[in-house]
Formats: sequence, C-alpha cells, structure tokens
Amino acid sequence: MPADNDRVISTLPEGLWSAPEPSVPAGLDEDPVLRIRVPASLHYTYNPGTAPSRFLRGLAEKKIIGEACPVSGDVYVPPRGLSPLCGLPTTEQVEVGPNGTVTSFCVVHIGFGVNAPPTPFVTALILPDGAAISLYGPIQEMPYDEVRIGMRVEPVWVDDDQLTASFENIKWWRAIDEPDVAAELLRGHM
Amino acid sequence: MRDVAIVSVAQSVHQRELKAKNEVEMIQPVIHAALDGIGAKIADIGFTVSGSSDYLQGQAFSFVMVLDAVGAWPPIVESHVEMDGAWALYEAWLKIQSGHCDTALVFGYSKASPGDLPRTLSRQLDPYYYGPLWPDSVALAGLQARAMIDAGKITEAEMAEIAHRSRTAASANPNAQVRGSASVEELLEADYISDPLRVHDCPPISDGGVAVVLAAGDRAREWADRPAWIRGIDHRIDSHNLGARDLTASSSLRIAGGRAGVADGKVDIAELHTPFTHQEKIAVEALGLGADVSINPSGGPLAANPMMAAGLIRLGEVANRIMDGSADRGVATATSGHCLQQNLVAVLEGER
Repeated sequence: MPADNDRVISTLPEGLWSAPEPSVPAGLDEDPVLRIRVPASLHYTYNPGTAPSRFLRGLAEKKIIGEACPVSGDVYVPPRGLSPLCGLPTTEQVEVGPNGTVTSFCVVHIGFGVNAPPTPFVTALILPDGAAISLYGPIQEMPYDEVRIGMRVEPVWVDDDQLTASFENIKWWRAIDEPDVAAELLRGHM
Repeated sequence: MRDVAIVSVAQSVHQRELKAKNEVEMIQPVIHAALDGIGAKIADIGFTVSGSSDYLQGQAFSFVMVLDAVGAWPPIVESHVEMDGAWALYEAWLKIQSGHCDTALVFGYSKASPGDLPRTLSRQLDPYYYGPLWPDSVALAGLQARAMIDAGKITEAEMAEIAHRSRTAASANPNAQVRGSASVEELLEADYISDPLRVHDCPPISDGGVAVVLAAGDRAREWADRPAWIRGIDHRIDSHNLGARDLTASSSLRIAGGRAGVADGKVDIAELHTPFTHQEKIAVEALGLGADVSINPSGGPLAANPMMAAGLIRLGEVANRIMDGSADRGVATATSGHCLQQNLVAVLEGER
C-alpha cells in the first residue's frame, strides 16, 4: 500500500474488512492525486421535541416515562409524541418499569467505539413493565452466556450526583431474582 | 394520461424557530389536516411520499421517524425523496399515471433552525472544487444578482419592489412568516449582507411543512368540488458548475415551462419558488409570464421558505386558489440547488 493510504474504513480489526488497494487507471501519469482531504463539519443545536423532552427529564429523576396511544392505550417508550400505529398524538404520560423483561439479546464479540464494555458482552431489548415496546441497553453483572429471553432485569443507574436528562443515566441492566417470563407471553415483542 | 388533481392542502404556520416540537410533532397536525379536510383516512391513500433532508435538522433517518405521523399500520406503500416535496408530488403523479394507485398523500417539511442553513446548503456543491471552499447559499445568490445587475436585467430598486410586493401580499396569508413590509425606500436603506443582496432580497429561514392529497378522475371529484387538475408537470436541471451557466437566465425553467404547457392558455396566477428577489425576474422571463399574471399572491418564498416544503407549498397555493374559484389556471414552480439550478414547473387548472 502507498504510504499515504492512512484511511480507516472501519473500526473492525484488520482482516474482516480491510482497506482496498488503490487502483490507478492505465494511461494516467505516474503521480496521480489519489485522494484529497476535505474536512467537513456542521453544528446543530438539536431540540428533541415535546415528548422526548418529557422522557429525558424523567430519566433525571430515575423514572422511565412513556406515552400512551389515545386509541389502543399502548404505552410507547421512548416516546416520540405520536402513536406510530394510528398517527395520533400521544397525550397521557405513563411511568413504566423500571424493571423489565429481556425480549431479545445479542452477544457482542467485536466492540465498536471507545465506550464499549470488554468483550464478549450482551446487548438486549428490554420490555419495561407496562410498556408496549422494548428499550435497548447492555446487560452486565452476570456471565454473558447465561442471558436468556424472558429473563427479568432492572436498570442500574449512575450515581445520583451524575444524573442528567440523558438516556446514559442507565449504565446497564442486571438480572433480578424473579422467575423468567414465558416466551408465549412475550409474543409480539420478540 | 390520467387526470390527476390536488384535492386538499394543509400547511403549518411557518416560523423562524419552532422550539418546542421535533419534526414529527411539527408535521403530524399538517398531515392530518390535509386528510381531515376531505374526510379521508390513511387507508384511503394508495401511496405516501415525502420530501425532506436529514442534513437540515442533523438527524439521521428523520424521514423514517416522521412516518409515525402517518399511521403506517397496516403497512403502507411509501417512498421518500431527499428533495423538495414538489418532487415527491412528481413521484406520486407518476405512480398514479402508471396505474399503481388512484390517490396519494404527499408532504414536505423541515426544521432548518437546529443548524446553520447557508452553511448546510453549501454541502449541495460538488466535493472537489466548490465544496472545500464552503461558499454559502446567500453569497452564491449574490453572484447571480450581481451578474443580473451588470447585465442590465434588474436594479436593486426593482429587487426591493419584489420584496415589498411579496411581504405586503403575505399580510393576508396567516401561514406566512414575514408579513407586511416597510416602504421600498426604507428597504433600500438597509445594509448589505452579501452585496448586492440585503436582508429583504433573501428568504427567511423557516421551520415548517405542507401536505397535499392527490387523486385521479372521479375520486378527485368526490373529494373536491373543484379539483385543481395537474395539466402539465416537468422538471429539468442545469449544470452543477456555476461557472458553466448563464446565471442571468434559466434554461431549466424555460424548458420545463414549455413542456408543462405554461403558454397553452391564459395564466391567472403564478406561485414561483424563487427564494431571492432577483430570481423572480429570471423565472418570469423563462416562463414567459405577462404583466397581467398575479405573481406570488401568497407572499411566496420571500415570506416563508421552509426547505423541502416551499416548492410544494407553491403548488398548494395555486391549488387552493383554483379550488376556491379565485383563479382558473395557474403556474407553480419549485427549485432546488444553488442559483435556481433545478426546477419543476406545474400547470394547474380548474374546470369551468
């Protein structure tokens, strides 16, 4: 590879997806411009909106607040302000969880990014009690190969003096001493 | 060709910054107002298509989240264009023409307020020559205005008159953002922002959206007393290379207008998506519009310019005036890119 080929195309280890050899079409001179660097950045002041703001403010108080569909009563979390099934605004805030049930999980062997826990670790979809849809989060404090669908879990929060209006307030989820929920009861959530 | 009409239009009250709501919360009432206006349900709609751009709000796949506002259950036939909603309408029109459906819901929306819009728009430029230089959209429009003034095609006073007429017309438009105008003389006393452009020569930065329902044939007549039939629609694009174009004229508008049939009958009104004052004169010339045509009676994009919606709003404003009987035949345009690079022209008509 040429010395200037310092492009990182993936955070995955070398060999899984490696950088392609640059190819120069025949007929070009011996010193082609293979690439240019064009740094680009755009800055945003993003507002999450009415319902997501309520959810995020709830997290600052260690509450998981969903919003109910005005037709079916299903509670969506995190809420986006609307029932995705009927398109109508949600109007009622409903506190769900904080305990929940694992509806699916994945054992991660190659972690992305600097904040990934040591591998292997488990990410899961967790259905908070009272909610119609699942939240995403890692599961810790147990062997990764003992996580299972139907397992009961609770959130592990950051220390109280670290609480902000952020989903990162939940560090991870851990198992609690309750019987597993039967898979049949999770139908529609798996 | 099937007869296809706009039968319902709804839009937001456009504003500089809609702080409290996210995009889906902003567009949901608009979508439902367009459907409720004709007593339609999403189940009556054969095809749903939207126009938006994730760059504006800075949120990946925001257009997918916005489908929550439609009520996409049971699953619907849906599409999206990373363009103004006018091009989404074009896709819906093709879908109906091809016989895949008889009805369509089309919407376009954006919140430009989270970002720095003129800088964001510089990302529309090519990545090798223009992009690395970060020219903003107002500066590029300034190049075009300068070229027009130099060619003797417009004066700064004429530009101020266009702004004054637009902002004054917007006084009667409850959805407009800039309503009412200082005198032309007062406007001309303002400082330049990108010489020769002053603030009044530029569109406001807007958060907002629009939704439109299309229907074919008898279905359109069921939903509207006087449907706004799409008699012609065409879109064309000029070179991406600003240096390769005559910035004082628009080939794409001229060709699209010709193919859409603008000259095939009397034009009562024209809603032109010409975001900068001087661009209106380019469009009027390219489309061959006479002095008797009412230009931008809504106030046009100089009064409210929500990105990805302002073009579709032009079609909606013409359709509203045909549906209420105040006009019989009108022209609407939508633009995309810098300096009127890409243009869509539609001719709408009511039955007499």
